[in-house]
Amino acid sequence: MYAVKSVAGAMGLGLIGFYLGLGIVAVLRWLFGYPDPWGGEINIIGGWVLGVFLWLMGIGMWGMWGREWFGLKTYQRNLPGWQRYFTFNTDHKVIGIQYLVTFMVVFFLAGALAMLMRAELAQSGNQFLSNSQYNGTMGLHGILMVAVAVAAVIGGIGNYAVPLMIGAQDMAFPRLNALTFWLVPPVAVGLLATPFLGGIEHGWTAYPPLSVFTNSSQVLFSLSIITFGLTSILGALNFIVTIIYMRAPGLTWGRLPIFVWSMFATSWIALLYTQGFAAALLLILLDRLGFSFFEASTGGDPLLYQHVFWFYSHPAVYIMVLPGFGLALEIIAHFSRKPLFAYKYAVAAFLGILGLSGVVWAHHMFTSGMPNYLHGPFLVATELISIPTGLIFLSALGTIWLGRLWLKPPMLFALAVIFNFACGGVTGIFLADVPTDIHLQDTYFVVAHFHYTIVGGEIFALFAAIYYYFPKMTGRMYSERLAKLHFWWMFIGFNATFFLMHLPGIKGMNRRIADFQSELDPLNLTISLAAFLLGASFLVFIWNMVYSWVRGPVAEANPWQVRTLEWQTTSPPPHENFPAPPVVRGGPYDYGVPGSIHATFPSAPSAGFAGAPAGGGQ
Amino acid sequence: MALATAHHEAAHAPAHNHLAINRAGLWLFFFSETILFGLLLSARFYLEGIHREELNQALGLLITVILLLSSVTAYTAETAIEHDNKKVASWYLFFTIVLGLIFAGGVAYEWSIAHFHRSESFGSIFFTMTGIHATHVITGVFMLILVWAQALRGRYSSKNPWAVSAVVMYWHFVDVVWVFYYPALYLTK
Repeated sequence: MYAVKSVAGAMGLGLIGFYLGLGIVAVLRWLFGYPDPWGGEINIIGGWVLGVFLWLMGIGMWGMWGREWFGLKTYQRNLPGWQRYFTFNTDHKVIGIQYLVTFMVVFFLAGALAMLMRAELAQSGNQFLSNSQYNGTMGLHGILMVAVAVAAVIGGIGNYAVPLMIGAQDMAFPRLNALTFWLVPPVAVGLLATPFLGGIEHGWTAYPPLSVFTNSSQVLFSLSIITFGLTSILGALNFIVTIIYMRAPGLTWGRLPIFVWSMFATSWIALLYTQGFAAALLLILLDRLGFSFFEASTGGDPLLYQHVFWFYSHPAVYIMVLPGFGLALEIIAHFSRKPLFAYKYAVAAFLGILGLSGVVWAHHMFTSGMPNYLHGPFLVATELISIPTGLIFLSALGTIWLGRLWLKPPMLFALAVIFNFACGGVTGIFLADVPTDIHLQDTYFVVAHFHYTIVGGEIFALFAAIYYYFPKMTGRMYSERLAKLHFWWMFIGFNATFFLMHLPGIKGMNRRIADFQSELDPLNLTISLAAFLLGASFLVFIWNMVYSWVRGPVAEANPWQVRTLEWQTTSPPPHENFPAPPVVRGGPYDYGVPGSIHATFPSAPSAGFAGAPAGGGQ
Repeated sequence: MALATAHHEAAHAPAHNHLAINRAGLWLFFFSETILFGLLLSARFYLEGIHREELNQALGLLITVILLLSSVTAYTAETAIEHDNKKVASWYLFFTIVLGLIFAGGVAYEWSIAHFHRSESFGSIFFTMTGIHATHVITGVFMLILVWAQALRGRYSSKNPWAVSAVVMYWHFVDVVWVFYYPALYLTK
């Protein structure tokens, strides 16, 4: 069992590195004449850096990469079966599944925390969580879900599907790709360890001054998120280079599947803005070590944090939702059996959101006390975003119009994305307008709004993609009946929970607080029951996935009779992805267009599935 | 098996593309880093306007000149490799390492004589900006040492110049950052 030994060894090395780092910082402090070599948080920073580095080296980066820095020969271990998933494997399909499974586990953990919060909020007053325990639960739920939203679709579906869709053998930088995944376990450990140091009291936004004065779990939070930001940046870099340089011959920009376009725009946003979150948390760490960026009494300014933080964290919502839109359009086109309507406008929409994403951040700060003259420009810029978003809706609705809808589970989820995001978009207008935002700021209306956009827009798209790609990834088929049951259960549970959540928000119930006025008791009890309904729907999903992966019937290569390249190879695809290099001859969505061909495999030996023109439209 | 090899060649990007791919990746990394440095630069003006505390101007000018010079030696090393002039390349990589270390030492000395403290807002800004930049310089020195050790063994040539040009591009990038940081920290008011 090489994989078990390798993971255990890497964990051991990581721990040794952590304690070594603690010690090195202590020795340095002693050398520089500090009275206390044990500085506490600064030692943890040193330990984290060295621990993560040695963990990476131990898991396989040394053999495949590090040795090269010293002019030594590198080597790679290609393990069979499940052991692949526990080693430093550079195959994008392995990494995609690693990401997907990891973040589904994180998703269910964070979902369980949400259940805990709703149980506490079922009644006014404190039931079984103290105020600080509630804050810790809420903070952990928030940051874990943000991590899921940022990484599950991009890291999981993106890694798996993009190289296949563009006819490449792998990503442009396969080792970098493996590195980005293996940075995730330390992040997960760091975040899950926060409750033991007192819990994240400041929510996922980590506003100072609270985040500067709170318990030491903040240090683990900052270090984890800075590391996670590195993952995000390096992954984005990899996607951009892959999409520019690794496309199959004939796959011009105008023929690119729309999901690839959405990943391209998303990757630029992640590449350019993620530094903002890292920088903001770095400054928090420094302030905790005696600097004064945010301490008003010595010339600092807490608003600086909000500007730097939202400079990333608003574009981050597009990092979350753009791949969701891309997946929804992709699936809607295939399951409507029609060419994607207004393809060029949809591409323009993705690029338009990329362009606007960086100039709207301060709409999160209307009540923060920033100068009033900033309100107007940020209001207008924010509402401008609805134009490219509207183009995406135009494309989706135009494709559905007069299409022959094939209501398979992926399609149901993709249609739900359109419905849910429309609700989220409409409530967004109230939050972008200054007068209404001043009333609604920091209430459950905001909670309902962003759950409609991120869960309704992205997580539904994630499930659409899982049901779409499950046969490709595992080579097995799931139970369609259970999948549809999951869909309706989740859709109803989700809409019940979050539609009702607008109401206490309008009445002024503040978010992030464990208690509320007792007049809102019946409403909150209903919301909690609906939330438990939503939570229970995932049990169906888990059962369906686990059982089908082990026992499901063998899937065809192309169960949805789709034209894009990832379906023109076996399920699951071989290590090199395609039996022969594909050559692209036409657009991916030309269903029903006479004589249209998406791709051929000219050098394939037989006239089997690979040599035939890919995907004739029915 | 024949099929597998044929595919192997085609699907891996053609050889001439490898350099382009590596370069593109490095440039994207620079774009991302630019945002980090840019945010800190904005924070400097957001918090302090153009106010600054007294600094050792002679030292500042000296380390700036040294860093700019190190870009020239780095460039010379890169050109030498492209002309297969391995001995010159090793020497100029060595000069770059020395100049980089002198720069880092200069920053450390500046920190030790600074009359402001990190708990004042200008101190926060000054130590953070120079600190993040110096971290990049030190990282660059580490990478230069690794490349230098390989260059001494003759591993790089005009056919295999990537590691040298990558580290030199990185070095230029760090240098350009200082071109913006130096006036923002030393020359305002």
